[in-house]
Amino acid sequence: MTIEKSKDDNILKRLLHNQLIIPIAALLALVLFNLIADPSFFAITMNTDSTGNPVLSGQLISILNNGSELAILAIGMTLVTAATGGQDISVGATIAVAGSAMLAVLCGGNVRPETIAAPIILAFLVGVVVAMICGAFNGVMVAVFKVQPMVATLILYTAGRSIAAWINNNQLPIIPTDSGFGVFGGFIPGIPIPTPFFIALACIVVIFLVLKFTSLGLYVQSVGINEKAARLNGLNPTFIKWLTFVILGVCVAVAALIKVSRLNTINYQTIAADIEMDAILAVALGGNALSGGKFNMGASILGAYIIQFLTTTLYKFNVASAALPAYKAIVVIVLVVLSAPIVREKLSALWKKIRSPKAEVEVAK
Amino acid sequence: MSISRRNFLKVAGGTAGVLALAGCNGGNTDAPASDDGGEGDASQAGGELISVGIINNDPNESGYRTANDKDMKETFTEENGFAAEFAYSMKNEEQIQSAQQFIQNGVKYLLVSAADTAGWDTPLQDAQAAGTQTILFDRVVDADESLYVAAVVSDMDAEGETAVNWLTEQGLDEYNIIHIQGVMGSSAQVGRTGALNKAVEANDNWALVTQQAADWDAATAQQITQSVIDAGTPFNVIYAENDDMAKGAVAALDAAGITHGKDGDVIIMGFDHNTWALEEVMAGRWNYDGQCNPYQAATILDIINKLEAGEEITEKTIIMEEGYADCETVTQEYIDENGI
Repeated sequence: MTIEKSKDDNILKRLLHNQLIIPIAALLALVLFNLIADPSFFAITMNTDSTGNPVLSGQLISILNNGSELAILAIGMTLVTAATGGQDISVGATIAVAGSAMLAVLCGGNVRPETIAAPIILAFLVGVVVAMICGAFNGVMVAVFKVQPMVATLILYTAGRSIAAWINNNQLPIIPTDSGFGVFGGFIPGIPIPTPFFIALACIVVIFLVLKFTSLGLYVQSVGINEKAARLNGLNPTFIKWLTFVILGVCVAVAALIKVSRLNTINYQTIAADIEMDAILAVALGGNALSGGKFNMGASILGAYIIQFLTTTLYKFNVASAALPAYKAIVVIVLVVLSAPIVREKLSALWKKIRSPKAEVEVAK
Repeated sequence: MSISRRNFLKVAGGTAGVLALAGCNGGNTDAPASDDGGEGDASQAGGELISVGIINNDPNESGYRTANDKDMKETFTEENGFAAEFAYSMKNEEQIQSAQQFIQNGVKYLLVSAADTAGWDTPLQDAQAAGTQTILFDRVVDADESLYVAAVVSDMDAEGETAVNWLTEQGLDEYNIIHIQGVMGSSAQVGRTGALNKAVEANDNWALVTQQAADWDAATAQQITQSVIDAGTPFNVIYAENDDMAKGAVAALDAAGITHGKDGDVIIMGFDHNTWALEEVMAGRWNYDGQCNPYQAATILDIINKLEAGEEITEKTIIMEEGYADCETVTQEYIDENGI
């Protein structure tokens, strides 16, 4: 009898200690709220778009679609956070830089080209390289010069959008709509699920394979937990920290591809504005310590989709635009406080207290 | 480590600021040189170039700003008899610093598009004391009228009213409007929102399906529109406060297969007169685009010429003439002339 009880306790304890519990609870709360307020939130219908392709539409599809960029960024941000104990706040600006580079290659200096000037894959690769260089720059500042990550990335945060504008000579080129570039942010003809979801899925699969079959995760965590110990064990913390920024650069390039493709153009000042905050939030919502060390990739990605779920819910209920950030902030404060390790410890201690008198009574019997 | 941090601080001051400072310092050394160079081919009667200090926002800010800056650069040239120095910043303090630098250099005219309305009292007083005449363009500041010669501005309230009047003329039975706003509190947002809000209050058959700020961002506007479509609420007008946001909203309509524009189910309205937006209007995919006229340089040039000729400027606030493009009437000539 008592043995079974302690087994129960263990499961509960493990549940409470599981990082995924907070994001999942948040997700359930959002789902429940929408179910009660308006179940039509979950309706999914089959439509055709203006070119006659079948497309699925509904709030859930929109969440999966619009949350993609954030989920992809959350992957890189989790690694950076874990290894350096800091965050990269330049991802929004770097998206502008990478996106601008892609546009420059595709349009070949033309503001309104009739056809694209280079293959899409080439443009994407250029974007990847550019974003990796930005990431490598941040990485050098952080890993080699030991500048605080948030301070080091402030450089590109302020300069990035000007650089992006400079790449295209301050012009805003528009990619011709018949070039097929629109599929990355829209739909593949004949497939009713938005492409960004597939791209995000591919990124998620890749990172899980990498974490499973390489030692990247282990190395990143050991550097994050104790840099000196990691070095004594033969790891190169400088390289590993730098590497996480470069990986984040790749994530940024993929997010930029989706962002630019959504509208076939770019606005250097507004593209992906403030997305870095949401990306950091996704990591925090996933219950990862922002001071580095252990991480749970799945929890971060789930966190990203929860943020999108929240945004879409707020749009759906037509929250007054001026009040929207305030609502978001309240929800975020509650979630982040609940997922803070110290609060969770207190909570599980409280749980023990509630349970223990009963247990004592049973033992006395 | 400390070195890189110090370096960083310089950059953290805002790249725009560093660029602006660099530009302004460069300008200092350039100014006498261009004065010398100008004497040879001076077109002015006196043979002397008129020194002008121009303070503007970052040209990267928007297509509007880019056009505005280009217009200024093309107008205040040596050929036209000017030695112009430029400073760019989106931060008010940095702009004020540049203004003081210009005043110290003894420019004859100071042209200012202020980032913020507050804090300009002192620099404008300094300018007056130094004999520098100030002309405000694009935006007014909170300072006594006597401190500047004239202000050449757009009337954002009028832009909103023009748009709403046009919408009223469409004579729809019901107006169910998706209203996508710019950055809350910006003058363009306030003017363009004000007129629509008034009309919605005054008319029983006008309703806002949603009113959300997309902060000038196309992708956010796309999400907001998508959310209304997903919710299944009927609507027949999209009133977006700039072209980018109208483009985003249209992308959401296209993905849902909802027709829009000239013969479509939904009326599309944008602002700013980007060339590509005017082309959308002409192609009948959008219905309306309101102008926000960035070409203030000619008017300013007029004022300076009058001042140079010893005339008095009687009008303190000069409002730019602004029109609109309607899909029924817009022509290629209009686009060539007014597109930015």
